[in-house]
Amino acid sequence: MSFSVTQPTSRQKWFAGILVIGYALLTILPLLWIIATGFKSPSDAIAYPPKVVFEPTLEGYVNLFTTRTRLSPEALSEAGAPQTWYDRIVRQYGMVISGPSRYGERFLNSVIIGFGSTFLSIFLGTLAAYGFSRFRVPLKDDLMFFILSTRMMPPIAVAIPIFLMFRQLGLSDTHLGMILLYTAVNLSLSVWLLKGFIDEIPIEYEEAALIDGYTRFQAFYKVVLPQAATGIASTAIFCLIFSWNEYAFAVLLTSGTAQTAPPFIPTIIGVGKDWPAVAAGATLFLVPVMVFTVLLRKHLLRGITFGAVRK
Amino acid sequence: MTDETTARTSAASRRPPARAIKGLSDRAVGWIFVAPTIFLLLAINIFPLIWTIRLSLTNYRANRTTAEVSWVGLRNYERILTDPDIWNAMQATAHFVIWTLVLQVLIGFTLAYLINKKFKGNDLWTTIIVLPMMLSPAVVGNFWTFLYQPQIGLFNYFVGFLTGADPSSFSMIGDVALAPWAIVIVDTWMWTPFVMLICLAGLRSIPDSIYEAAECDRASKWRQFWTITIPMALPFLMLAVLFRGIENFKMFDLVVQLTGGGPGSVTELTSINLKREAFEKWRTGYASAYAVILFVTVFGLASIYVKALNKVKER
Repeated sequence: MSFSVTQPTSRQKWFAGILVIGYALLTILPLLWIIATGFKSPSDAIAYPPKVVFEPTLEGYVNLFTTRTRLSPEALSEAGAPQTWYDRIVRQYGMVISGPSRYGERFLNSVIIGFGSTFLSIFLGTLAAYGFSRFRVPLKDDLMFFILSTRMMPPIAVAIPIFLMFRQLGLSDTHLGMILLYTAVNLSLSVWLLKGFIDEIPIEYEEAALIDGYTRFQAFYKVVLPQAATGIASTAIFCLIFSWNEYAFAVLLTSGTAQTAPPFIPTIIGVGKDWPAVAAGATLFLVPVMVFTVLLRKHLLRGITFGAVRK
Repeated sequence: MTDETTARTSAASRRPPARAIKGLSDRAVGWIFVAPTIFLLLAINIFPLIWTIRLSLTNYRANRTTAEVSWVGLRNYERILTDPDIWNAMQATAHFVIWTLVLQVLIGFTLAYLINKKFKGNDLWTTIIVLPMMLSPAVVGNFWTFLYQPQIGLFNYFVGFLTGADPSSFSMIGDVALAPWAIVIVDTWMWTPFVMLICLAGLRSIPDSIYEAAECDRASKWRQFWTITIPMALPFLMLAVLFRGIENFKMFDLVVQLTGGGPGSVTELTSINLKREAFEKWRTGYASAYAVILFVTVFGLASIYVKALNKVKER
């Protein structure tokens, strides 16, 4: 390695490293704290000073997934010995499990709506991106800008007529309604990102395919799609994360059957201030996104800037 | 699979080079690809927007569908622009947007500058720093209320530990003076990595040769920083500011869960204020006018800003 004036000295590297690592530890602390709180007992969770060392318990998770009723000591002894480990946890507090909570359903709704809208926005987005990338579409620049500008609207501003429209069409609080809505919101991201990825595939491949007698559509799904696979996969993850995280539309347009987890998690706390259950609910909801973020790190920059910065 | 492909290719190659689809011009095929997207966006974005504009000229109330609706012209707009509550919300939003931008740009750029020193393991730490950005803002806001609890909250304990103040003596989200800062802190924690990532891309785009040339001219490091690093990273920095500015102007989920607009209405940003008008007071016509004003404001500010950004890029 030759000497270069632009290379930082090792002392500079040390200094930079210590500051950045310090910031990283500070920034990760709240997340670790939430994960830890999920494994605390309610009294440990609100202890002062905050407890770093504690006896882990699954109480928070049991409370998250169940509803419980308090029984009198006589009724409790009549109910017989606890059958399972989660029964045993609940019995300590003189209660029995009376049924599952809503968390499972809400989580499943998030999965259904997330994957449904991701599939649709990738399907439509890939077609549109290919059209914009390869054909002379009239008003192309205006249309691309129009697609981007749909992202600038405050969700609450569009929510009023969508609320009325969904009420008329019977789409309020349905999975289909939410899937269509999230698809529309995600399209700006998917079209812009995918157009960037498709632009990078040399057009010569398709020209060769066309000369071989492929039709336009064949060239599209046999030549372009496989080449764009990585781009499509990372765009899909971005769309999935967006739908997964969305709150404003979900809280205004869903209340029961199609409610996703983000509006539901804050309601877990209830009157008992059950912080471990809230933390458990948040942990299960956030950890998948953290895993995806780590997997996506190479494409992260491109995704968050709608393809404006490509590294 | 290979056999199948070759078989098809050879079968296809016997045919003469085909046109796309019989009778369809390239332009038409292009439209077939683009049309479904445009259609969906028209149905779910533009149609509602036009409807909002229409509603904004009436006194319609969505919870009283049988009541008579009458045209009120521009009266809703007039009332909004003279309503002190709305100006309060605008001020709260301005405070939030300006301070989050200032802090995120300063911290984000510094971090990017340090990471660009390429110390060992910088990739790993960058990934850790980035994590909060991708999480659900509503859930993040919700769990920060726990960290902000007086006495038991980790944040209060931490501040108490550093300053010696009693952790139960202050409440970040219950105090009128502190709450506007409570939301700024959480947003900064969450979104600084966004600015950092974009700045890092900007710094990495500066070729080493420019610094080498400056070194030959005996420019000091300080001078190099201000005449090379900053101007060359500026378009990236401005892009980050554009994204964060728009997002924070629209801010809803994080702050609703964190403070709910309170205490009183000190953190009631425009989106939260608008939600109250539209879905709690059910003044649909009035709220529609409010929505139009907000949209025009974002769109106008963003367009002016993009023009400035393009000028910087051209330099």
